Amino acid sequence: MFDSLFNTVYSVADLTTYIREIVESNDNLQDVRVTGEVSNMRRAASGHWYFTLKDSNAQLKCVMWRSSAERQTFIPNDGDAIETHGRIGVYDAQGVYQLYADSVRPVGMGDLYQQFEALKAKLDAEGLFDPARKRPLPAFPKQIGVVTSPEAAAFQDIQNVLKRRFPLVEIILSPSLVQGADAPPQIVKALDRLNQHTEVDLILLIRGGGSIEDLWAFNDERVARAVVDSRIPIVTGVGHEVDFTIVDFVSDLRAPTPSAAAEIATPNIDDLRYTLRNIDDTLVTLMDDRLFTLRGNIDSARRTLGHISPESRIRNLRQRVDDWNTRLINRQQTRLGLLGERLASKTAALNAANPRSILARGYAIVYRSEDGERLSAAAGTKPGVGITIQFQDGELKARVEDKDTHERYTRTLF
Amino acid sequence: MSDIQELSFEAAYAELETIIGKLESGELPLDESVDLYERGRKLSEYCQGLLDKAELRVNQLTNDGRVEPLS
Repeated sequence: MFDSLFNTVYSVADLTTYIREIVESNDNLQDVRVTGEVSNMRRAASGHWYFTLKDSNAQLKCVMWRSSAERQTFIPNDGDAIETHGRIGVYDAQGVYQLYADSVRPVGMGDLYQQFEALKAKLDAEGLFDPARKRPLPAFPKQIGVVTSPEAAAFQDIQNVLKRRFPLVEIILSPSLVQGADAPPQIVKALDRLNQHTEVDLILLIRGGGSIEDLWAFNDERVARAVVDSRIPIVTGVGHEVDFTIVDFVSDLRAPTPSAAAEIATPNIDDLRYTLRNIDDTLVTLMDDRLFTLRGNIDSARRTLGHISPESRIRNLRQRVDDWNTRLINRQQTRLGLLGERLASKTAALNAANPRSILARGYAIVYRSEDGERLSAAAGTKPGVGITIQFQDGELKARVEDKDTHERYTRTLF
Repeated sequence: MSDIQELSFEAAYAELETIIGKLESGELPLDESVDLYERGRKLSEYCQGLLDKAELRVNQLTNDGRVEPLS
């Protein structure tokens, strides 16, 4: 291709690809260490880092992808002298070559960084970073041990946080230097004292921000092992958000700052007040509901009882007796009425049959005077016999003169 | 049941949660529920009181393992 380069016209993309292939197939450029001063450092929201390395004569664009950036224990700032490792590549879209960095470290800290990385690898290999080792923190600590310097601003910071957030707690400070060559053994002793003499629920191991050298005590193997050996759970809050120390990896929980450590370790009193009010309401509601249900049960039981009680049966029976009484009386009255009517008709019949009433209609009764026998036929008399004729208003004494019967009339007529 | 005044905040709060759980199950006899309810109200009041009265105590541990107020 190179031979024909001068004879053929290529597209920009083809030429750029050609250059990229040359650069990226060069082993020296694929495993390169370069040192320089950082400028235009930019940490994108995506997590990637973009910066330029420069010295007095040249500049090199650098990219660190998020996957590498996340693993860095040091975050470079503009002006920092750093050493970085990576590979050179070509970014076609802008036509530039750049360093794809996979690690950065400050220049001059090389020795410390090697120690740090070596200790980190060693402890990691022992399984001391295993998430399963991390112990849960108590929800409501009664006592919190604090290992730091009494003069440190960080100590004041956590007191302020705890006063505001969870003042129920008691702080037990186990004082220690947190900087310099004497700091590591003092931190170890301060942790041991809390473990031996107190029953604190957790320990805050804290230090405010500072340079990498300032924080170095927290990268000490003795300190790391004391944290691992602690009977009491430990929350670390060392430096600023970007600072990672070895103790952060072995502690039960790493907080980005001392104040954050105090916050992570305690509940918020405002939340607690709110929750307690809710609990109180729940208690009342539960009891009200219970009583409401029970009252309903009682009412329904009372209704059921009412249905099946002897009293109610008695009431029913009494009513039935009353019904019967009424019916009896009614029937009796009906019957009496009938009898009354019948009596009246008999009376009328009787009246009709009264001989006196016959006399009143103009008839008369005839008796034989000698024996007083009532005569109902002419045959019972003969001429000369005394008869008594009874009228309604009195009697007549009379004598039969003659006697005829119907036969004579009958004979005469036929 | 222990005397409420002797309880730590944590213990009182934990007992409160237990009481709520029991009452929510709704399976207890009424007199027991009423007892729990009354104790729950007292515990809740006690917890609120602890929060209201709380004042951060700051002590320090001496080299020989004694706890004394931080000067």
